[in-house]
Amino acid sequence: ALGLTGAPSAFSTDEKPNSLEDITNYNNFYEFGTGKTDPAEYSGSLKTKPWSVTIDGLVARPGSYALEDLAPDSALEERIYRLRCVEAWSMVIPWLGVPLASILNKAGVQPGAKYVAFRTLEDPDQMPGQRSAIIDWPYREGLRIDEAMHPLTIMATGLYGEVLPNQNGAPIRLVVPWKYGFKSIKSIVSITLTDKQPETSWQMLQPSEYGFYANVNPQVDHPRWSQASERRVGAGLLAGRQETLMFNGYGDQVANLYSGMDLAKYY
Amino acid sequence: MVQSLNRALRHVPVWAVWLVGLIPLALLVWDTVQGHLGVDPVRDIEHRLGRTAIYFLIATLAVTPLLRLARVNLMRFRQALGLICFTYLVCHLAAWVVFDMGLLWGQIVKDVIKRPYLIFGMLAFAMLLALAVTSNRLSIRRMGAGWRRLHKLIYPAAILSAVHWLWALKVWESWPLMILSVILTLLSLRLLGISRFRRAPRPVPGRG
Repeated sequence: ALGLTGAPSAFSTDEKPNSLEDITNYNNFYEFGTGKTDPAEYSGSLKTKPWSVTIDGLVARPGSYALEDLAPDSALEERIYRLRCVEAWSMVIPWLGVPLASILNKAGVQPGAKYVAFRTLEDPDQMPGQRSAIIDWPYREGLRIDEAMHPLTIMATGLYGEVLPNQNGAPIRLVVPWKYGFKSIKSIVSITLTDKQPETSWQMLQPSEYGFYANVNPQVDHPRWSQASERRVGAGLLAGRQETLMFNGYGDQVANLYSGMDLAKYY
Repeated sequence: MVQSLNRALRHVPVWAVWLVGLIPLALLVWDTVQGHLGVDPVRDIEHRLGRTAIYFLIATLAVTPLLRLARVNLMRFRQALGLICFTYLVCHLAAWVVFDMGLLWGQIVKDVIKRPYLIFGMLAFAMLLALAVTSNRLSIRRMGAGWRRLHKLIYPAAILSAVHWLWALKVWESWPLMILSVILTLLSLRLLGISRFRRAPRPVPGRG
């Protein structure tokens, strides 16, 4: 399905997107290695067709859903979002995807569901990085149900008018633009609706450094480095740094989700 | 074998070591100008300079064990190796300040005070700066036994450098762990070897 198109969205930024070259050659996707170019180099072994996603837990219609049914090409929207990595670099990416809410509604969310848990494919033959136990595979992520249902939260299946490249989390990945990039889990095979806060990979690995919420927040530093500013990848040698914005600049839309919460405690 | 190697080494001028030592820098400049550094040249420049500095630090550390264990004499080149390491270290630091931090001095100072990996890196820099400025013959002569004591700082500096590298990463990566273990091995060779090789003649007095 080359040549995807998506309806324009009012949520898109008017900032200039990074080039396809930038977006596809600078990835954190440890399933293919820890180097930034490892995913581009080694993700060819990932088989994305056919692909289905299991949706279970507190849903009305649990089961295995084909990718085409969850995110039909005709329903795609273009969302040009800022992406802020916890490593203090950023990009602007023109995603193609559907709201996560539309996917969850297909399965029918039960009233008792408070959280959504996601898992990446686990298959060391396709994902050679999984042969080293740097992370307790499979990669896991989670959202609170209101975060998951928020209109900014999408499941992307493409970018720049093309099917999502493997190194960017093909064939379907989460995109939560107000959270650090590691929340936006890639190559998803399972979605579970639950009433308990799910375990998430980086929090499991280093709970003092990575929290469940992981909202972009220039006032709450990573214990080992500052989050006050960021470097825009592709901006050139002498571009310097820019200030990091609260909720990555999406505060108008999402700050109310966290009113009354101590964001230094729930980092 | 070793004797003929040592004989051959005697004919290698020190400037040749400098010439070879600066090849990685030349390659880095070439790659930068040609746009071969990929999507994020800032990161590549900074990291390649840092890695090269550590490699030359290890080369400097290896000189004494090579002499004592293998009888290969690279002592004449040790000062150059150390200063090449320091050159890369200065470039690494400059790349961080100018390209990475964009000369945001306020954040630079705040970070250096607060971030363990930057504290480790800056401590290593301070130690190696002291070694670099006292690496000349005049200092060796003037400082006497104190020179040798001061230059033992290369061991803590090397360990701090490797820890600085590891601490900046999100997961334990095998290559910097390997580098740290090489440094610890060289250090333990030194510590264990003192008594065992004490009787070995010192070919270059005052610079053991």
